[in-house]
Amino acid sequence: MINLKVFLTGLQSLKGSKSPAIPLAACFIALGALLKDAGFNLQQSTASSLFTYALPGQLVMAESLLVGASIINIFIAVWLVNFRLYPMTVSLFPLLEHKAQPKWKYYLSCHFLAVTSWLIAKDGYQKIDKKHRIDFWIGIGMGTWSTAILMTLLGYLSADYLNKDMLIGLAIVNPVYFFCMMIGAMKNLSISIAVVGGTILGPVIYLVSTEWALLFAGLIAGTAAFLLGEKSGK
Amino acid sequence: MESNQIIILAIIATSLATFISRFMGAITSKKVSVKSKLFQWFNCVAYSTLAALLGRMIIFPAGVLADSELIIRIVVLIICIIIFILTKKNLVIPTIFSAIFLSLLTNL
Repeated sequence: MINLKVFLTGLQSLKGSKSPAIPLAACFIALGALLKDAGFNLQQSTASSLFTYALPGQLVMAESLLVGASIINIFIAVWLVNFRLYPMTVSLFPLLEHKAQPKWKYYLSCHFLAVTSWLIAKDGYQKIDKKHRIDFWIGIGMGTWSTAILMTLLGYLSADYLNKDMLIGLAIVNPVYFFCMMIGAMKNLSISIAVVGGTILGPVIYLVSTEWALLFAGLIAGTAAFLLGEKSGK
Repeated sequence: MESNQIIILAIIATSLATFISRFMGAITSKKVSVKSKLFQWFNCVAYSTLAALLGRMIIFPAGVLADSELIIRIVVLIICIIIFILTKKNLVIPTIFSAIFLSLLTNL
């Protein structure tokens, strides 16, 4: 049902010089501590990472709860910040597609889609035989997802021992990791324009609209990058 | 409503709001060919949206990171990117250093 060898190759992406384990640990430990602060109990904190597994959305949820936002407002705010997962899925899953593979694998494993797993899969899929790429993805997903859940638990349990300076230190690790991965991914003109354009437009549009910034910045910079890439023939 | 119920509802709302985008993506993917222009466009939009999120995380961070100085965050990021390039794309070294640098510079 699942090609074990390929699955393990995916799982092993947790090791080595490109390991996402440290940044994942850093940000989910910080999240665990934050959720405890926001009044979550141990089970609720773990459930949040288990069922949501998308850090920016979980941060939005915690902060919205602290200011007393309604459930509908939380839903909309999270949907807007996590909408990026839609184009991310569409730019990854066709690469993993194979007729011999059952559909449920795709519909269930889309839950593993997060920035970390996406960047790893984009970086490594070419080395895997087309037929088994979805198993490679499930391996990556199981590794990153379970790390995130365990680290949320650890963060919650160690919250009392983490001071503010340590939490600030932990919080920078993830954006630094993502930036390095993205710079590593800038292999052609259109991706490079997309990354540079998005980095600039994201904060600029945020000044106008905090909620719609990601969506608009992504659409504008992405479309510009696509058109410029087409024009230059890459 | 007591706070426990609100938290549980918030977890459900957050998880649903997140899963919708993933699931819609998986459905759309079945109709998008890797060789199509549409796929290329989605690819560009995905990278831009991600970059926009990262730009925002550094310039206008949420949570505890907001308590650090902007200029220090940018300096740390640039130093770490240089380390990443110098170490031939090792990710472990710059990520460990980022936390240490930020703590050191914040407490100077």
